[in-house]
Amino acid sequence: MLERIAGSRRAGPEGNGHLPVDAGLITDTAAYAGERPTAWQAVQTARNIGRPHALDVISRVFDRFQELHGDRGFRDDPAIVAGIAELGGRPVVVVGQQKGASTEENIERNFGMPYPEGYRKAIRCYRLAEKFHLPLVTLVDTPGAYPGPEAEERGQAEAIASSIQVMSRLATPIVVVVLGEGGSGGALALGVGDVVLALENAIYSVISPEGSAAILWRSAAEAERAAQAMKLAGPDLLETGVVDALIKEPAGGAHTDHDATAAAIKTALVAQLERLVRVPVADLLSLRYERFRSFGTVVEPRAGEVAAPPRPWWRRVLGR
Amino acid sequence: MRLRNPFGRKPKEFPSHLWTQCPNCGEMLFNKQLARNQSVCTNCGHHFKLGAKERLELLADARSFTETDADMVSSDPLGFVDSKTYPDRIAAAQAKTGHKDAVLTGTATISDIPVVLAVMDFEFMGGSMGSVVGEKLTRAAERALADRAPLVIVAASGGARMQEGTIALMQLAKTVAAVTRLDEAGVPFVSVLTDPTTGGVLASFASLGDIVLAEPGALIGFSGARVTSETIGEKLPKGFQRAEFLLDHGFVDQVVPRAQLKERIAFFLGAFRVAGQDLRWSL
Repeated sequence: MLERIAGSRRAGPEGNGHLPVDAGLITDTAAYAGERPTAWQAVQTARNIGRPHALDVISRVFDRFQELHGDRGFRDDPAIVAGIAELGGRPVVVVGQQKGASTEENIERNFGMPYPEGYRKAIRCYRLAEKFHLPLVTLVDTPGAYPGPEAEERGQAEAIASSIQVMSRLATPIVVVVLGEGGSGGALALGVGDVVLALENAIYSVISPEGSAAILWRSAAEAERAAQAMKLAGPDLLETGVVDALIKEPAGGAHTDHDATAAAIKTALVAQLERLVRVPVADLLSLRYERFRSFGTVVEPRAGEVAAPPRPWWRRVLGR
Repeated sequence: MRLRNPFGRKPKEFPSHLWTQCPNCGEMLFNKQLARNQSVCTNCGHHFKLGAKERLELLADARSFTETDADMVSSDPLGFVDSKTYPDRIAAAQAKTGHKDAVLTGTATISDIPVVLAVMDFEFMGGSMGSVVGEKLTRAAERALADRAPLVIVAASGGARMQEGTIALMQLAKTVAAVTRLDEAGVPFVSVLTDPTTGGVLASFASLGDIVLAEPGALIGFSGARVTSETIGEKLPKGFQRAEFLLDHGFVDQVVPRAQLKERIAFFLGAFRVAGQDLRWSL
């Protein structure tokens, strides 16, 4: 079991052999030979207002969802929904970022951009999952954490850092599903899990293409080029190992058929949780550490190539 | 073209390599004197940014710093090109700063207390965190855990390194997981926030110190001030996202002037005995 999950990080040509492919998951970018959508198309699809958002997915995938409100400190943030539900008869905790399907709803939900209290509500629910040994499912869909002055006053950065910290050592299985936009740290605050899945047209990026274009090209109009350069689309994420597998969307995209999309998500979640609940918690935690520990590509001279200059005898004597 | 009044007073000229103007009070400061005063304005106390080398000299005991992973360099995972290629940008930053990447890590002593010390350098691509910074900090935390020595990280960063895309974002999770292991093991971690500490670095390890200290006037925040003011469509109040602002709102323990930083860190490290190192007192 250890080896199989540990080997899942890089989707090389051999793919992620351990993930049940029959569950409709794409684990190999070879599936996209010649028909990859452009990065900008992916951005547009991921932001489509008709795409299934967290509550659309929750109502179709889970049974008997009961929402929990508030961070017990400040207020209830509508950009994050959290609660307890059943998945295939098993109680789980589910936390997701909620965008709106209309302008009014988007204003109410702050366009899916959580405040610090939203992340603190999420943390409260993570701890609940740990305390009562319930698996945790998180649904990521945000342009990013809210960048307003109130969010700064209430410690947006601290809230995100704490959320990442709690997830990184939460003693219960965690499955992350990126539904639409995975916007930077605000997304990662819900994104640390044992398995990270994404819908086929979801994106995940370190900064929005517009933000990147404004900084690097000094013009937000270059967003398309920035999106291409940042490799933020599904197949790219599979290649870098940021996501373990993609969940197939109906032809034309998830917004065309919420039921079919939810069915695919459900199949994937049930299969993954089935597998993860059997792994001892100590192994889960060390594998989760290793999963995130191994991101990064650095170049180092091999041992011995750079010899330390010998200390002259007088330095050794002087203890310098 | 502006016409000059030939009879007007000539603007005062200062040879720029000898003098620096304080951006806060406008005082002209003699560079040597500024350096002697730890890059703090002698007139108004404005704290200038400090490079990694100068920071080490300030914090570590003389000749106590031994650098680790000094030769680690970044590769180009995405083949990133904006107006320049990413490898070109790295080469330019290396030439400018003399460092291989935006952080120096190693072991040192602070007032004779052995520590693992990491200092970031804002001059290197805005101190941005990519694979190398993430890996070096993670190794520093792992070394602190293995040696049961306190970890001190001096942050100075604009955030995650865009040129490495989501790989850079994942460094947030990686560094957080590493310092979390210290937390579980009872090994102290002191985080020092200097000008500026923003974005992904503040939203990860830098906020998670057992003790979080900040330098006076340092810019510390999650979003860039420009993004925030565009979001609300108005200018931000003076002092927004400054160290004192975070102190007021409860996100840093103390704002410590540079001259007292070393002794303050040493005080906290002295107070926090590392679990497993010396438990006689509790027995």
